[in-house]
Amino acid sequence: MIDFISQPWHWAVSGVMIVFVMFILHWFGNRFGVSSNLNTICAMGGAGKNIEYFNFDWKEKRWNLVFIFGAIIGGYIAINFLASPEPVQISEATRAHFESLGVHTPRTLSEGNGYVPAEIFATANIFSLKNLIMLVLGGFLVGFGARYAGGCTSGHAISGLSNLQLPSLISVIGFFIGGLFMAWIVLPQILTL
Amino acid sequence: MKLIKYLIPGILFGIVMTKSEAISWFRIQEMFRFESIHMYGIIGTAVILGAILVAILKKTGAKTMYGDFMKFTPKPNQIKANLIGGTVFGLGWALTGACPGPMFTLIGHGVLSMFLVIASAVLGAFVYGLLRPRLPH
Repeated sequence: MIDFISQPWHWAVSGVMIVFVMFILHWFGNRFGVSSNLNTICAMGGAGKNIEYFNFDWKEKRWNLVFIFGAIIGGYIAINFLASPEPVQISEATRAHFESLGVHTPRTLSEGNGYVPAEIFATANIFSLKNLIMLVLGGFLVGFGARYAGGCTSGHAISGLSNLQLPSLISVIGFFIGGLFMAWIVLPQILTL
Repeated sequence: MKLIKYLIPGILFGIVMTKSEAISWFRIQEMFRFESIHMYGIIGTAVILGAILVAILKKTGAKTMYGDFMKFTPKPNQIKANLIGGTVFGLGWALTGACPGPMFTLIGHGVLSMFLVIASAVLGAFVYGLLRPRLPH
């Protein structure tokens, strides 16, 4: 059983499981949307005193903080007890692109599991200009953009599109405008800094 | 129990994000470079199945475990905010290779640099709240 779950999951299985998570949250009387937690954290810190946008009762949103705390535990369980026998099978074209930019793409588990590139995310490497741009600017844009658009991948791309929401479709188009521009034009420049 | 039960879908979500490899920086790059079907398959399956499920739940007036009708709130129509905010989000997504859910899941993987990413994302949300009255929506 454990061996069966530990294989990398086919994308169709993963898609079904995401919908199952969404269903549980609706059955509990709530909804699926991770980036709202960023607002909740701001409100917990007292941002609502001066900024109307954060002036809501964050205690009513605690369920979502518990949910993402669960996601941390789930990540721990999956990587420690359900780890795949091989690294992420990155496509050859993507490998060639990033190897040429100095980002190693692991082929064996001893080189890495293929989740995040060590050159950028290893704790010892974060204090370089290049990596600080990627982590700090990247995180900032995700937080700012998600709240500006009114949702992230979970709230717009999954829940919003499932509920046939036009604002979600427009947001997802935006995700791709920004993502394509970054991936094709800007990221190669940053990686060769 | 009212709050603790959210650990169950949360843990499941963390496992799904890991086993689906949707939290892999490389998978996100593949998606934006159109070099693999993987992420499109995940999101496509979820959206098609999700749309069928939501339609059925709405039509049958499905109830929550507390006996209330399930909530499917419409997203506010803010075309400019959706498009500009979405684009900003996409720029960040392709840099960090992680949207908010995966950021938290990767903490569980022991990728501690994600704390810095999450702190920056919280700052981003804060700055949005600060500038909100002056931004087009």
